[in-house]
This record gives sequence, C-alpha cells and structure tokens, in this order.
Amino acid sequence: MFGYTLRRIIYTAPVLLGVAVVCFALVHISPGDPLISILPADASVDLQNRLRTLYGFDRSYPEQFILWLGRALQGDLGTSIATGRPVTTEVMRAVANTLMLAAVATFIGFVLGCFFGFVAGYFSNSPLDKAASAAAVFGVSVPHYWLGMVLVIIFSAQLGWFPAAGAGPGGSSQWKFDMEHLSYMVLPALTMSVIPMGIIARTVRALVAEILAQEFVIGLRARGLSELGVFLHVVKNAAPTALAVMGVQLGYLLGGSILIETVFSWPGTGMLLNSAIFQRDLPLLQGTILVLAMFFVVLNLAVDVLQSALDPRIKR
Amino acid sequence: MADISLSQMQVPDAVRSAGYWQNVGARLVRDKTAMVAAAVLLLLLLAAIFAPLVAPMDPLDGRMINRLKPIGTPGHLLGTDELGRDMLSRLIWGGRLSLLMGVTPVVLAFVIGSALGIIAGYAGGWTNTLIMRTIDVFYAFPSVLLAVALSGALGAGLGNALLSLTVVFIPPIARVAESVTTRLRSSDFIEAARASGAGALTIVRVHVLGNVLGPIFVYATSLIAVSMILASGLSFLGLGVRPPNPEWGLMLNTLRTAIYVQPWVAALPGAMIFMVSISFNMLSDGLRSAMEVRQ
Repeated sequence: MFGYTLRRIIYTAPVLLGVAVVCFALVHISPGDPLISILPADASVDLQNRLRTLYGFDRSYPEQFILWLGRALQGDLGTSIATGRPVTTEVMRAVANTLMLAAVATFIGFVLGCFFGFVAGYFSNSPLDKAASAAAVFGVSVPHYWLGMVLVIIFSAQLGWFPAAGAGPGGSSQWKFDMEHLSYMVLPALTMSVIPMGIIARTVRALVAEILAQEFVIGLRARGLSELGVFLHVVKNAAPTALAVMGVQLGYLLGGSILIETVFSWPGTGMLLNSAIFQRDLPLLQGTILVLAMFFVVLNLAVDVLQSALDPRIKR
Repeated sequence: MADISLSQMQVPDAVRSAGYWQNVGARLVRDKTAMVAAAVLLLLLLAAIFAPLVAPMDPLDGRMINRLKPIGTPGHLLGTDELGRDMLSRLIWGGRLSLLMGVTPVVLAFVIGSALGIIAGYAGGWTNTLIMRTIDVFYAFPSVLLAVALSGALGAGLGNALLSLTVVFIPPIARVAESVTTRLRSSDFIEAARASGAGALTIVRVHVLGNVLGPIFVYATSLIAVSMILASGLSFLGLGVRPPNPEWGLMLNTLRTAIYVQPWVAALPGAMIFMVSISFNMLSDGLRSAMEVRQ
C-alpha cells in the first residue's frame, strides 16, 4: 500500500512538471508580443525594452520558465493585466465558487447515475434497462450548454421558478447558505450533473451486470441469501470503481465548467477564463489553467490511491 | 473390396466462409438503433453537402423587419433569427461547418494518435517512455480545459479551434493504440514473423496494423460525439467559427439573448448538435458490439 502510494506520487511528479511547461508555453504560442496588451500604443522603444526586462521576456525560455515556476511555487502567479490584482487572489475566489457548484453537481449525478446504473444492470435487457440506458446515453450525448439554455427557457423564462443567471441576488458573487442563494444554484447544478450522471450510470450498469454474472453470486443465492443480502454484496463490489469514477468526474467538471458558467453567468473559474481570453489577459489565463490542471492531476492521484486502499484486489 | 479411386469420391464444393467485415456488416445492419442513427447522420450529411440546393433561402440574407419570427411562420418554417435570417436555411448550412468541425479533429487525431501509439507500443523501451510520458502530460488536462486553453491562447478562428481539438483527442487515441499494440507485440504470430526474419516495418504493416486499427477505430468513433459537443462549444464561447457564418454552436450563442422572445427558435441549433451527437454515440455503440470489441 505504502509502496504503491509512493510509486504513484513519484510517477505524478514529471506529469505535474509537464503540465507546468504546457501552461508556461500558452503565453508563448499566443500570437503577438506578450507585452502588447499592457503597452500604450505610443510606447517608446526605451519603455518597451525596460518593461521587457522587468517582465523577464528578454531572457531565454528555460530561464523564464524556471523564474516563473519558482514564483508559482511560492503562490505568486503574476498580476492580472485587466484588473491589476494578483492572479492568485482572483483564481482562488473563483475556484471556491466553481468547486461548490461542481461538488453539488457531482453528488446529484452520482446519486442519479447509481440509481439508473443499478436498475439497468439488475434488470438487464428488460424495458427498465432500456429506459435507464437511454437516460445514460442522453447524459453523455446532450450538449450541456444547450441543456442549460433549455432549462432556463422552461424554469426561468416560462415558469419563473428559478433565477436564470448569477450566483446570488443583485449580482453577488459571495456565496451564502440561504434559500435565496440556493435557488441560484439549482439550474446550473442540475445542468452540470447530467454529465457525471450519464458516465456513472454507464459504468455502474456494466459493473453490476458483470458482478451478477460471477459465480460467487450464484453461490450466495444457492446458500439462500436474501435478495437484499445479494444486493449488498453487489454494492460492496461495485463501490470502489463507482467512487473512483465519481472522483475523476469532479475533476472534469471543475476543469470543464466554462461552458455552463458562461450560460448561467456563474462567477467561477469558467467566467474568469472567459474574461481572460477575451481581454487577452494572458497571466490570468495561464494562472487559472495551471491551478485547474494541477488540481485535476492531484485529484486523480488521490482517487487512485484511495481506490487501491478501498479495493485490496487491485494490485498494481 | 471394391476399389474406389479418389476421383469417384463425393467431395463437397468448398464454401468460402463469410469474412470478418461481412459479419460485422451483417450484425450492424440487424442493429435497428444503429441503423436509425446512421440514417439520421446520412440525411444530415446529404443536406449539408447539398445545402445550396436544399436550403430554401440564403443563410446570410436577413431583413430586420422579419427578425425573430416564431416556428411555423409562412415562408419561414422554423422561424427567423435575431437578424431576420431564415432559421431552416441556416440550420441546413450550419451542418457544413458543425460536422466539419466535429469530425475533422477526430480523423486527424486518429491518424496521428494511432501512429504515435503503434510506434510507442511496437518499439517499447525509451521510445515508448518518451512518447507516452509526453502524451500523459496532455492527458492530464480535462478535455474542455485543454481545448479552451489552447484555442484561447492561439486566438479565435476555425483553424485554431480544429488544431486545439486535434491536440485534445490525440492522447486518448494514442493510449488505446499503445495498449492494443503492446498486447499484440508478444503474441506468437508476431514472434514467428520476427523469427522468420521479417523487418519491423513489414511486421507493423502486415501483422500489426490489421489487428489494431479495428479497436482504435471503434474507440475513435466514440469520440466524435464528444468532439461535436466540444467543437460547437468553442464556437458557442466565441472561439471557433466567426459570425456571420452559420454554425450551430455560434447560432446558439447569438440567439441566447432571444430566449425571452422566441425561446424555441433559440433552442433549435442546440437540438441539432444533440441529434448529431446522440446519433454518433448510438452508431458507435452498435459498431462496438458488431465488431465485438471489448474495452
């Protein structure tokens, strides 16, 4: 167990370094001078050169990378060009909002996905299975940004039950746990939950069908164990994989929230990325992507380690 | 004992058994869901290809006086958009760019990813480490994030969006290709070919490709649905196709402001993306079971 954890961590380190290289490169694959968006149009050559030295753009790429990485490791991701505030502050505030939305969505998706998956797996090839599997295909096929729009049309524009945009009354971006704030979360969280719902339902269906076909289940039944008892055995066998898929899905939602956040104007990392892209705020773009990608890698590592702890059959 | 010569013996004519692809085709044709999906896709593809003949109006020609007409307006079967352009015509024309944007990245990634994966899997050793660890880095990004990061940094535009999506789909395809090839490499018939003196290139061309391309292909088809959603998503964010070109994701974006006026007209482009993506998923599922690929 300890050896496996250590090996996984050692294996993850170069991936993290590679992710940092890709994030660093983002600024440099971007067309045009990286200084162009902060320089006044009539900047003198002298000023340009001074700023270039100040930002370190006159150094070689490896030198720039090491300087940038050193600062990033100390929590300094640079300054946002558009707002003038530190990127770290901006990203952390947005991450909190997105994390909350993604966690709620993953939870809803997990519950629904497990339900559909168990029903489909248990009653394999029955009409119930067909219906539950259809729900799963729907979940993985629907363009979620469109689903968000449709939900807004029905529940906001037509019925007026839930607000259509924002994370709180009066454009508030600070989250509070009250009914007012919760009502703003309903539609984006439901929209987002469709993705993990579909994937978890597919995984659980396959798992359950596979477990039920194994000989130990026939053995349990032969020994007269109640159907509930058999069910509990199935749950125990399916749980590690299902939970692992859930963990990975949380990471996907966190990184892929930009479309849903754009539809619902949710003040999270997606909105931040959106404004960073369209204001050509490269430090903000780079910082946000670095934080989200690092989070995803570390989350995957945690999921792997936890899964092997939960499931002693996994020997890797 | 009668002496029966060989020529007098009753020998049944040799019957050629149906080939692998014939079996796959037969199984696929029997799969009703997959056939419906294929028919829908074929219909949309034909409509997109023959858009100039099929579309009732010019997709770029709008009259402000006609803006945001409801579905079922005489002359505008599916209503009009925010600039008074005919929705039906725009949806038909939109299929061209949307299908192109959705399918191209997967095709390119299939070629590049398979090549990388097969080389890594067959060569093993340091080549494998170098290729696969690089792939791991890109695989470490959530797909939406990587697509948005790359096309955001490169700047909006069709070419950049296609490039970003191709980069997104190479890692998963390469990983599948590598694992299938690695498994195949140690099988007996490859050993036999190597022992009889066949060079690496010959073995890959004759023995490896035929056995690995099937599973990789099935996997790649399952990515087209994701690619459709992502590609239109990039346009929806303003990172893909630029106005006034008709593309479903972009149309969805520009119609967002109209959801309080003509909600169902505004939802139409998304319904098209959904229809295509679900059809590709069902076709891919059918193909997988027809080819008996387990993953």
